[in-house]
Amino acid sequence: MLRLEKRPSPSAFWQWATPVLAVVLTMIAGGIMFALLGKNPVEAIRTIFWDPLFNEQFAAYSRPQLLVKAGPLILIAVGLSLGFRAGIWNIGAEGQYIMGALFGAGVGLALYPVETRWVFPLMVVAGIFGGWLWAMIPAILKTRFNTNEILVSLLLVYVAQNVLASMSLGLLRNPEGGGFPGSRNLGQIPAMANPELIPGTGMHWGVIAAFMVVIAAYILLQRHILGFQIKLAGQAPRAARFAGVNPQRLVLLCMGISGALAGAAGLFEVTGPSGQISIDFNVGYGFTAIIVAFLGRLNPIGILLAGLLMALTYIGGELASFMLGLPAAAIQAFQGMLLFFLLAVDLLTNFRIRFGTRKEAL
Amino acid sequence: MKRRTILKGGAALGFASMLGGKMSLAQGLEKVKAGFVYVGPIGDGGWTYQHHQGALAVQEAYGDKVEIVWQENVPEGADAERVLTQMALSGCNIIFTTSFGYMDPTNAVAAKFPDVKFEHATGFKREHPNVSTYNARFYEGRAVQGHIAGKMTKTNKIGYIGSFPIPEVIMGINSYYLHAKKVNPNVELSIVWAFTWFDPAKEADAAKALIDQGVDVIASHTDSTAPLAEAAKTNGAVIGFGQASDMADYKPSPRVSSIIDNWAPYYVKRVGALLDGSYAQADAWEGIAGGEVEIGEITDAVPADVKAEAEALRDSIAAGTYHPFTGPINKQDGSAWLAEGATAPDGDLLGMMFYVEGITGEIPS
Repeated sequence: MLRLEKRPSPSAFWQWATPVLAVVLTMIAGGIMFALLGKNPVEAIRTIFWDPLFNEQFAAYSRPQLLVKAGPLILIAVGLSLGFRAGIWNIGAEGQYIMGALFGAGVGLALYPVETRWVFPLMVVAGIFGGWLWAMIPAILKTRFNTNEILVSLLLVYVAQNVLASMSLGLLRNPEGGGFPGSRNLGQIPAMANPELIPGTGMHWGVIAAFMVVIAAYILLQRHILGFQIKLAGQAPRAARFAGVNPQRLVLLCMGISGALAGAAGLFEVTGPSGQISIDFNVGYGFTAIIVAFLGRLNPIGILLAGLLMALTYIGGELASFMLGLPAAAIQAFQGMLLFFLLAVDLLTNFRIRFGTRKEAL
Repeated sequence: MKRRTILKGGAALGFASMLGGKMSLAQGLEKVKAGFVYVGPIGDGGWTYQHHQGALAVQEAYGDKVEIVWQENVPEGADAERVLTQMALSGCNIIFTTSFGYMDPTNAVAAKFPDVKFEHATGFKREHPNVSTYNARFYEGRAVQGHIAGKMTKTNKIGYIGSFPIPEVIMGINSYYLHAKKVNPNVELSIVWAFTWFDPAKEADAAKALIDQGVDVIASHTDSTAPLAEAAKTNGAVIGFGQASDMADYKPSPRVSSIIDNWAPYYVKRVGALLDGSYAQADAWEGIAGGEVEIGEITDAVPADVKAEAEALRDSIAAGTYHPFTGPINKQDGSAWLAEGATAPDGDLLGMMFYVEGITGEIPS
C-alpha cells in the first residue's frame, strides 16, 4: 500500500528538486501526447528545449528573444511572489500590466511630438503609477471592506481590457492610421522608444529592470524587516500580529509593489517589443507570471530561472508548431502540463511517500 | 541562413533596396517554401479556416515543388515579429501574414530579410520592395446581401454586426445599406459593434440585441456562426448570411446566402509566380471577378425572382458593368460624395470613415 506521511518540516531537497522533476514529467507526458498526434516525440521535445538555444539556424536569434519574452514574466512574477508569500493573492497582474501600458503610453502620446530625453523616464513613472493605482482598488477594498482580493483583482482584468479597447479605438488612436484601431508606434518615436540597448542581445530597459528587481527582492527577503514580515505573515499570521506586523499595511504594500511592477512591465513592453497600444495588446503575461512565480518557488532567483524556462517553452513551442506542424493547442496543453505536474509533485515537499500499511511503519 | 547573414542584415538591406526596385526574379525557384501566419485556429470555421484552405490549395497545385508551413493563434504584436523572423530563418521564400495587425511586424521583418517575399493581407503599408499587400473587395458581396435583405425584410428593419469601426467594415455597412435602400426605401439599418473578429458569446449577444429591436435580416462582419445560431432560434422569422466561409450547416434558413473568402486563386498565383520567375511586388484588391469573393448559394428560402435579381447583380459586378458605389451618393451629413454616375475611387473606399446618407447613429471613436 502506498500512503503519505506528513513531514515535520518541508523538505529542503524536494523544494528544489520538484521543479526539475515536474519538467521531466512534462517532457514524458508531453512526448506521449506528441506521439499520439503522430509526431516524433524526441524531435518535438528537442525542438522545444534544444533548438532555440543551440540550433545554428535559429539560436543566434532565439537566444536573445528568450530575454525579451522572459523579462516581463520575471518582472511581474517577482512582484506577485512577495504577496503570495504573505498570503495576499493578486491574480489581476494582467489588468495592472494593461493599465501601466495605457498610463505610460498616454503620458508619452500627450506630449507628442516633444523630443526630449526625459519623456521616456516620465512614461516609466506613469506606467508604474498606472499599475499601482489599478492594484490599489482591490487592496483598499480589502482593507476597508474586507472584500476578497482574488476576485476583485481578477475581475478588474476584464475592466482593464475594455478600457484598452476603448483607448485603442478612441483617445489613443493614431490620427494618421487611416481610422484603424491602435496607437502610434511608440517604438518608432525616439523619445519614447525602449530599444534593444546592445544589438543582438535582446536587452532592453525592461530586461534590465527585471534583473534589478530580482536582486532587490532577494535582498528584501533576506535582509530587510519587510521581507521578514512578509515571510512571517505567510507562515504564521497570528505570530506575525504579535510581532507587530500590521496586516493592512502589508496588503497595501504587497498589492502596491506587485501592481507597480506589472505596470512597469506593461510600459516597457508597449514602448519596446510590442510598440503600440492595440486592442489585443495584452497576451497573457500577467497570468503566465503566476505560473512562473510558483515554478520559481516564490524565490527571486528561482523566478529568474523559471521565467527563462517558460520563455523557452514559448519560443520552442512556436518553432515546433511550424517546423513539425504541431497544432497550437498541443503547445498550450504542453505548457499546462508543466503547471499541473508542478502542483502535483509539490506534494513531495510536505509529505513522504511510504510503502506498506501504517502498522508496519509504526 | 547563418548567423553571419543576419548580422550583415543592416548592410545588406541598403544594397538590396538599391537593387530591389529593378531586380525582378529573372529566374524562378526550383522549390518554394511558403509560410502562413494565422491569427486564429485553423478550425475557426471562418477567416483563418479560409486562409488555410488557400494554403492547402497551393500544396495541391504544385505538389512536390512547394512545402507549406503554418502557425496558428499568433498574437498581433511582438510575438508576430518573432514568429515571422523564425519562419524566415527556417528558409521560407514567401510568407503570408493573414491579419491586419501583422502590418508593422511584417514590414519590420521584411527589412531584415530582403530575399524573402512578404505578403500582408488587408494592410496598406509596403515599406520595402519585398512587401506586397492583398485584400478582397468584400463590399461587392455586401451589395448582393443588401439587395436580398431589402427584399426579404418584413419589419423593414435590417441589422449589421460590426467588428471594428475601420474602413474595411464601414464600406461593407454602406454597401449593404445602399443596396437594401435601393429596393426598399423604407428600410432602416441598426448597427451593433462587437469589437471583436471572433467571439461567439459576444456575437450572439449582438444578434440578440438586434432581434429584440425587431430586426429580421442580420448580416455580420464577425467570423463565427453564433449570429446564425441565434437567428435559427426564431423559427424562420429572422434570416442571415454566412460570413468568411459558407456556413452551410445553417442552410436553407436562416443562412440564405453567404460571402466566401476564397484566397486560393491569389495564393496559387503568387507562389506560381515565384516558381516561374515572374514575381513582382503587388497591391492586389480583387473581388467577385477575380474569384476572391464568392457568393454562396442563395437558398430556396429566398423567392425565385429575388434570387434571380441578386444573381444578376452579382454577375454585373463581376462583369465590371456595375460598381456598388455609383453616384449620386451623399454622406450621412447630407454633403455630396459621389456625383450622378461617378464611381468611388479606391482611395476613398480604403479611407472610408463616414456613413452614407440615411444611416442613423455615429461611428464609434
